[in-house]
Amino acid sequence: MEDVLKTAFPFVVYSVAILLAFQGVLMIVAYTVLGERKILGWIQGRVGPNRVGPWGVLQPFADLFKFILKEDIVPDKSTKVVYMMAPLVALTCALLPIVVYPFGPPIDVDLSFLPYGLGEGIKQIPLTIARLDVGVLYVLGITSVGVYGIALAGWSSNNKYSLMGGLRSSAQMISYELAMGASIIGVVMLAGSLDLHEIIWAQGHSTFKWFIIPQFVGFVVFLIAAFAETNRVPFDLPEAETELVAGFHTEYSALKFALFFMAEYVNMFTVSVMVVTLFLGGWYIPGLTHIFDYGSIPYAIVSHVGFLLKIFFFLFLYIWVRGTLPRFRFDQLMSFGWKFLLPVAIGNVIVTTIVVYFMNR
Amino acid sequence: MEPGLENYLALSGILFAIGAVGVVYKRNAIGMFMCIELMLNAVNLSFVAFSRYYADVTGQLFVFMVMAVAACEAAVGLGIIIAFFRNRISVDVDDASILKH
Amino acid sequence: MVTTVLFFLLAGVAIACAGLTVYYRNPLYSALSLIGVFISLAVLYLTLAAPFIAITQILVYAGAIMVLVVFVIMLLNLDEERPLNRLKHLYFIGGGLGAAMLAQAFFIFYAVLKTPKHVVDTESNAGSTMSIGTHMYTEYLLPVEIVGVMLLMAIIGAVMLVRKDTHASLEAAAEKETND
Repeated sequence: MEDVLKTAFPFVVYSVAILLAFQGVLMIVAYTVLGERKILGWIQGRVGPNRVGPWGVLQPFADLFKFILKEDIVPDKSTKVVYMMAPLVALTCALLPIVVYPFGPPIDVDLSFLPYGLGEGIKQIPLTIARLDVGVLYVLGITSVGVYGIALAGWSSNNKYSLMGGLRSSAQMISYELAMGASIIGVVMLAGSLDLHEIIWAQGHSTFKWFIIPQFVGFVVFLIAAFAETNRVPFDLPEAETELVAGFHTEYSALKFALFFMAEYVNMFTVSVMVVTLFLGGWYIPGLTHIFDYGSIPYAIVSHVGFLLKIFFFLFLYIWVRGTLPRFRFDQLMSFGWKFLLPVAIGNVIVTTIVVYFMNR
Repeated sequence: MEPGLENYLALSGILFAIGAVGVVYKRNAIGMFMCIELMLNAVNLSFVAFSRYYADVTGQLFVFMVMAVAACEAAVGLGIIIAFFRNRISVDVDDASILKH
Repeated sequence: MVTTVLFFLLAGVAIACAGLTVYYRNPLYSALSLIGVFISLAVLYLTLAAPFIAITQILVYAGAIMVLVVFVIMLLNLDEERPLNRLKHLYFIGGGLGAAMLAQAFFIFYAVLKTPKHVVDTESNAGSTMSIGTHMYTEYLLPVEIVGVMLLMAIIGAVMLVRKDTHASLEAAAEKETND
């Protein structure tokens, strides 16, 4: 009995942790959608959704019910299997990076009070699901697989606008992934690790505290590439409604459309987490150790709230930009990515290499 | 308990055989290209398995070299396929039998 | 135990997907099956304690090379390939080649099975990012440099291959330049 409990305990703990993390992220995402509609309304001088619940706070649930209850139309000449698979691929690839998010600092605990010696040897609770040696690459790799969802949706719908959207999206993702990867290299060199926790740790110990100061060029390039990677304005060419109806998801309705919609917003969240972790110190707040002890529960809570606030700022930035900027033309998008963003990112890598070399001598 | 080295090598061999058969069977250039990628991956698997069982990092490093070769192959190979398609409106390798522009 | 179950599961998926890659006549389905092979191999690398290689496999193969392939398939709008008619003898050559290679694979399996068991060093850090980086930029610097040059050559070659400028337009441009 004791052995069974001991074997089962980690599985139970991890299942609860995964459930909590995914549920939390999905709730934030649902309210990002509401926030977007509210803020856009505010920018454009109108009210935004205000009928479901006070100030419209129940709007996400109303939207969900609408998505579930609407008729699910499958185009007659579509490639059925691929058509069904595409939204699933998009959402799965959007959700997978959640497992490496650094939600907060580890908490020191004493679990010896648990029966059957279940808490033996556990000194710390890390506020993350998995700590990967290659966390940064993992996020980049999984998000790069996410492009299949969009490309296949465009191809399988058997609609010329969808196909154009899918083609644009694959070209755009490949182009901006290069700039994105190159802009991260500077941070990785300064931190000396690909582990997201090590990167946060290194920022706490560096002279400037946050890598946004020594890596400002990298930060700007990453932010621009992030807008392109998530297909948001001003880079929302794959779903440009004035040219392509709705782009790759023209033929999608009901729950399948909802999956694409969720995938887009989860991707926004992921990219915001990456910006915050790589350039703004993640959960690290300078000087907080003077108030609370590192490893205590209040320290973890304040750090976690700080982490979320930083993310909310970037989510707000996404919406702000959407309300402000016009869309690029496709050839402008391509030449901007290849002829400006990528050379700047590579130049940043070269300069950082030289500086790091002379600093470490 | 871990599966022995022989299992990984056998899997690698089977994948390589499937890839080789595919190169012979496929008629369009993209299909042949994909089967070549499959063969390269089979080799990668045996590299990584050897690296694990002899606790030596060399095998994994050569996986990188193979990946770089595959990336070059993708760039040049797809370039050739697109150039060929512009001339012949086909990617069938049988149509590539004429040494003429 | 978990590793063994995972191995046979992933090996089955990899072989099935590889078979489908060859079987499908529609290039897009072939490409999707091939992505299945790549992803199951990446998970196998994880069980072989090589996380860096596993992620690079996803990033390079599934995330870059196959996206390009799918892009080209969609761009050229390729349909199903025609069946072999002129080259019937290829069926026999391919079958013979496959049989020979399968025999070879099982011979290797048998030969390695007969050799004394090699104890796996589970404490080894051979797959960690640090050890790969250290070896790559010390012991194997020359191959890395050569690969870098090769990538540059591939970029230039690819650009030259697909540029649309014909001979005539290049000549016209040169003439215009001399006139200016």
